[in-house]
Amino acid sequence: MSLHTKAERNVVLLTVLTLITVSIGGIVEIVPLHTIASTIEPVDGVRPYSPLEQMGRNIYVREGCYTCHSQMVRPFRDEAERYGHYSLAAESMYDHPFQWGSKRTGPDLARVGGKYSNEWHVAHLADPRSVVPESIMPPYGFLADREIRVAGIEDHLAALAAVGVPYDEPFLENAAADLVAQADPDADTSGLLERYPGAVVGDLDGDPTRITEMDALVAYLQVLGTMVDFADYSTEDLIQ
Amino acid sequence: MTADAAAAAGGAVEGASRAEAVPYNETVVRYFTLASVFWGVVAFLVGVVIALQLAFPLLNLDLEWTTFGRLRPVHTSAAIFAFGGNALFATSLFVVQRTTRARLWGGDNLAMFIFWGYQLFIVMAALGYVMGITQGREYAEPEWYVDLWLTIVWVCYLLVFVGTLMKREEPHIYVANWFYLAFIVTIAMLHIVNNLAMPVSLFGTQSYSLFAGVQDALTQWWYGHNEVGFFLTAGFLGIMYYIVPKRAERPVYSYRLSIVHFWSLIFLYIWAGPHHLHYTALPDWAQTLGMTFSVMLWMPSWGGMINGIMTLSGAWDKLRTDPVLRMLVVSVAFYGMSTFEGPLMSVREVNALSHYTDWTIGHVHSGALGWVAFISFGAIYYLVPVLWNRAGLYSLKLVSYHFWIATIGIVFYISSMWVSGIMQGLMWRSYDELGFLEYPFIDTVSAMHPFYVIRALGGILFLLGALIMVYNLWRTIRGDVRAEERQRRALVAAAAAPAQ
Repeated sequence: MSLHTKAERNVVLLTVLTLITVSIGGIVEIVPLHTIASTIEPVDGVRPYSPLEQMGRNIYVREGCYTCHSQMVRPFRDEAERYGHYSLAAESMYDHPFQWGSKRTGPDLARVGGKYSNEWHVAHLADPRSVVPESIMPPYGFLADREIRVAGIEDHLAALAAVGVPYDEPFLENAAADLVAQADPDADTSGLLERYPGAVVGDLDGDPTRITEMDALVAYLQVLGTMVDFADYSTEDLIQ
Repeated sequence: MTADAAAAAGGAVEGASRAEAVPYNETVVRYFTLASVFWGVVAFLVGVVIALQLAFPLLNLDLEWTTFGRLRPVHTSAAIFAFGGNALFATSLFVVQRTTRARLWGGDNLAMFIFWGYQLFIVMAALGYVMGITQGREYAEPEWYVDLWLTIVWVCYLLVFVGTLMKREEPHIYVANWFYLAFIVTIAMLHIVNNLAMPVSLFGTQSYSLFAGVQDALTQWWYGHNEVGFFLTAGFLGIMYYIVPKRAERPVYSYRLSIVHFWSLIFLYIWAGPHHLHYTALPDWAQTLGMTFSVMLWMPSWGGMINGIMTLSGAWDKLRTDPVLRMLVVSVAFYGMSTFEGPLMSVREVNALSHYTDWTIGHVHSGALGWVAFISFGAIYYLVPVLWNRAGLYSLKLVSYHFWIATIGIVFYISSMWVSGIMQGLMWRSYDELGFLEYPFIDTVSAMHPFYVIRALGGILFLLGALIMVYNLWRTIRGDVRAEERQRRALVAAAAAPAQ
């Protein structure tokens, strides 16, 4: 009796053979990504998100921004000119989950940080067609009306630390303070900026009295793609 | 008796012989069939809404719950898991009983638990999306607590399916069941690995994925592409291997080809994920592997298509008289087209143009509407008269209307997406004579508008076809026969009479 004749008559054998057959590809492709060191070439500057940026990132995920915006610049001339340097693996090494996206109904956002003012982002998110008349993006004015919950921020950072983001003790202890300080124009931000260099601080949403989801989303958008200074690297340094 | 008369009377004959045979659990199959029809209409309706939103952004209504970003996962999950999933439950539980001559293992309550448990999964997932509860992973958006619930339901499904195979009265496991089994086992593996996550708190809805960045990306697309490969392909090939031969009243074209088809398809598919990540920060070796296996995948896919279509050998004339069979065969033809287009788009240089554009959306829909939905419609048209003990459908003519309206809808859909996708890809990389980028991004958005309108029109036609199906099925279940159908059956019977 051939093997297949047996498999066609034995449910357990058929199931086991199927499971083996469908496991091979995934094992060969995914496991090495965790073991080959050059998968993520180390670069200076990539840091965990500040508490406010991470809250903004959660809003980005919540609203399904990835359904229309990618965060992955490909190594093409036109993309380099339109968006900037191609994306490195290291730049999303603290992204749980990754948000590379699969569709550009709107433009790539991997390097949108610093390209527009905070005021532009607030106006654009509240009413996209007020600044880009041809835009087909939905309006997100409600973000400006909703306050960020400060309580529980440590739990978010602790969960991220549990999956590998290097939030050490000082990061966790100061999570709530850092969250508040980033959007408060009168706050002392020295500790925040020491822990999260390059974070965009100040009154982000035009309403200094409270910290809103708009503050958080703008903080996140403004840090996207700005952590690595590409003047420090040549193409040869970045080849995997 | 002509073949046509046999087809018309098939349901009744089968119904009569079944009464003396094994008492199958068909209640749960009926439930799943109705759920598939219901969720299908929901999926198509939400699809039309979000298609219109892209053409007319005011339809986002300035409410957080109705933005494109929140509704798009409702559409994709409703189409894949609710419509497609219920069709797979219905057909697999029907087929496994008929081909093993055994009633479902585990009893009727367990089967009912799977039904209601799966519907609860759908409702929890959809409500979550609308409220903004999502993992942000395409086709794996449900959060951790919904994932855990689905795992429980899925394990029960696996147990019932395998248990029924084990207590079978037939020595041989029929080929359709191999595909269903591979679908159930592989989806379990993909679901568990891709949804590994750390909840923020036990009482909160949010979690963070275990993996980050590049590892997360490949895990997700290993999952994402094999939702296509095992949920939307292997499972529906199970339908093909049972319903097409049944409806055509011909045996499967080649038994040997089905063996080669099965093992090569399930082996190769799992490697194809990296083609979603061409030119990204994923290492080149992984991209190359993904591309190579995607191109190889063309062969088993077409092997399966040939096996399905050639099953009509000697019964081609039925395509003229039986619109249900026509729907089934056209679905297999769409499968062939999509599985040629897919390998083409997985070639890196082609992908450089097609990726991030509507071409991908068009490709997905030629598979989802042409293959998955059409074979499901065909299966549902076949199942309903059998399950409700009717001599045939209320009206074959309405099936014909459904077929043509939906087909025109698909053509509108995929051709507009080809044009808009390729145009947008070309506009992004276009330079003027001075060496500057020719188009600001927003110009490429404006250029899409007419095609988004045509696409929405295609979706509306597809929805209209489905509503005709709902009416036809409702009247069939009620036991009605449309005047023209009664006449047709009489003619067929009269033509058959002298031969007997």
